[in-house]
Amino acid sequence: MAFNYDEYLRTNKMPTLWCWGCGDGVILKSFIRAIDSLGWNMDDICVVSGIGCSGRFSSYVNCNTVHTTHGRTIAYATGIKLANPNKKVFCITGDGDGLAIGGNHTIHGCRRNIDINHIVINNFIYGLTNSQTSPTTPKGLWTVTAKRGNIDPTFDACKLAQGAGASFIGRESMLEPKKLEKLFTKAFTHNGYSFLDIFSNCHVNLGRKNKMGSARENLNWIDTITIPKNKFDKLDDNQKAVKFPTGVLHIDETIPEYTSSYEKVKQAHQNNSLVKLGD
Amino acid sequence: MSRELISTGNDLCALASLEVGCEFFAGYPITPSSDIMHALSDTLPASGGAAIQMEDEIASICAAIGASMSGKKSLTASSGPGISLKSENIGLAYISEVPLVIVNVMRGGPSTGLPTRVAQGDILQAKSPTHGDYNSITLCPGTLEECYTQTIRAFNLANRFMQPVFLLLDETIGHMSGKATIPLLKDVKKSIVHREVFTGSPEEYRPYGVKDDQPAVLNPMFEGYRYHFTGLHHDETGHPTEDEQKCDDLLKRLFRKVNKYQDELELNEEYMCEDASIIIIAYGSVNLSVKEAIRRLRDDGIKVGLFRPITLWPSPAKRINEIVNSVDKVLVMELNLGQYLQEIQRASQKLDVYTLLKANGRPISPIEIVEKIKGIN
Repeated sequence: MAFNYDEYLRTNKMPTLWCWGCGDGVILKSFIRAIDSLGWNMDDICVVSGIGCSGRFSSYVNCNTVHTTHGRTIAYATGIKLANPNKKVFCITGDGDGLAIGGNHTIHGCRRNIDINHIVINNFIYGLTNSQTSPTTPKGLWTVTAKRGNIDPTFDACKLAQGAGASFIGRESMLEPKKLEKLFTKAFTHNGYSFLDIFSNCHVNLGRKNKMGSARENLNWIDTITIPKNKFDKLDDNQKAVKFPTGVLHIDETIPEYTSSYEKVKQAHQNNSLVKLGD
Repeated sequence: MSRELISTGNDLCALASLEVGCEFFAGYPITPSSDIMHALSDTLPASGGAAIQMEDEIASICAAIGASMSGKKSLTASSGPGISLKSENIGLAYISEVPLVIVNVMRGGPSTGLPTRVAQGDILQAKSPTHGDYNSITLCPGTLEECYTQTIRAFNLANRFMQPVFLLLDETIGHMSGKATIPLLKDVKKSIVHREVFTGSPEEYRPYGVKDDQPAVLNPMFEGYRYHFTGLHHDETGHPTEDEQKCDDLLKRLFRKVNKYQDELELNEEYMCEDASIIIIAYGSVNLSVKEAIRRLRDDGIKVGLFRPITLWPSPAKRINEIVNSVDKVLVMELNLGQYLQEIQRASQKLDVYTLLKANGRPISPIEIVEKIKGIN
């Protein structure tokens, strides 16, 4: 029997505002399938998004949803999670939203290791606002703000997340929805900050001016820059420099989760003692 | 019956927040408001709530709005530079009708200004803290007692009108320590206003589908009433719309829900105004010097009174008009270069009022006021 997405969607908001062939819909479906496989009640879930094409994600899922200002998704979600530690909180950002204007909040969400699932829909461009350079735009590509080719260095967001202290880090592209669903399921059940760098296509506002104007061409390019982590680990440094590893990249179950630590602060007040770390 | 305690304005604000049922605080260190965060970092977790020092001013208001969206009474506190940083997200709270108390302990500006010195330079910022159209509610305590009672009132108004409420302290009143006489806790508890909630079936719930002069009815999250918050113009369900009529209705309702009920908001003090030939208009900590000066002047037979708005915005325009035009001479005193003066002139249609304005980080002393009044008498 075909999977029924309807109970998880606000069907009256369909069709989405996303362009024909956009990968964001695949990520939305994988998200829903992961939630379904975990058997979670949508009443217990809050999805928070920012500004950009990814920002519309929250209006499509049928749960408690918040569409915030540009870059501030993690900060809103931190308030919601700390005030409701038993509920499931998800952040959907884009690469500009989560790594440029909102980079500081991403760093500190990771550092606190608060139990938020942060999906970065990374399409390497500011799509909604028509093709400006983002922090993940590869060097040399055409953007509307770099018509002779982008000179701004790009960076690996997963390395940022690991350096900042996130306890679960993963990457997939929307090319492989089954793998994506599996990664989501693992990440969502992890107790701590889950940082998920999910590659998506924007053939309309990245592809057209960069010789990949169809979804298929844009996806082929994503395919060439990604490789499963076990294969990536066997590459030499020159080969690694042009590839992004996919799969679960990092898990650390020993880092305390922030709201659990905050419960210890409350207990310390009751016992009139110092907070007991490490147990 | 009442309670007496020795405290500061900032600590009384923190105490009132706790006692009115605030469950969440998010802030960032900034002089002269940090004491509020220091106190609540201790008292909120002890009472089952949460306080968090965020990575910046923007994050702190976002976290506070997020907690309030989820249904918790929330507070953030800062000073001028921090309020400037928070301004975009204050707009999201206005348009999505999220109740929130924002404390601004004012210091000298613009920019970094005079971090440890007093000012009242953020009066117009409190009226228009962010882009677009909305209607500010701003309270300005003038005594230690009022730092407590106006904090209680700020939370109650935020939940009654479903929008941010500014509480303007200043460096003097925030840091001033002295005896304060405040209401008993049981009386405070009786006065608490909770936000309205919808109890019908979730299918029939329309959070923004209210009468054209009423605030949104925003149920807490996670209780089966799934809906959408957005900073975009939205329809009765909370979802984005660009429909001409719906956008018009939304913004006009945000105005009407405050304007139509100004009687609930207006609060002024009129001190020795009945027989006065000169009336001073001042607010906040300045009123303490004014009252001392009035006592000295009356000893010398000069009949001076004080009109003091406690709710600065919406302004008590009608009463200002009556007061200003009831006497020959009016003296406006502010720790800025004439911000509320503009409103007084607008409301009274009278431009020739006397002023005693100061924006150099120093308070106005009773001696200066006495000299000024004797000069114009």
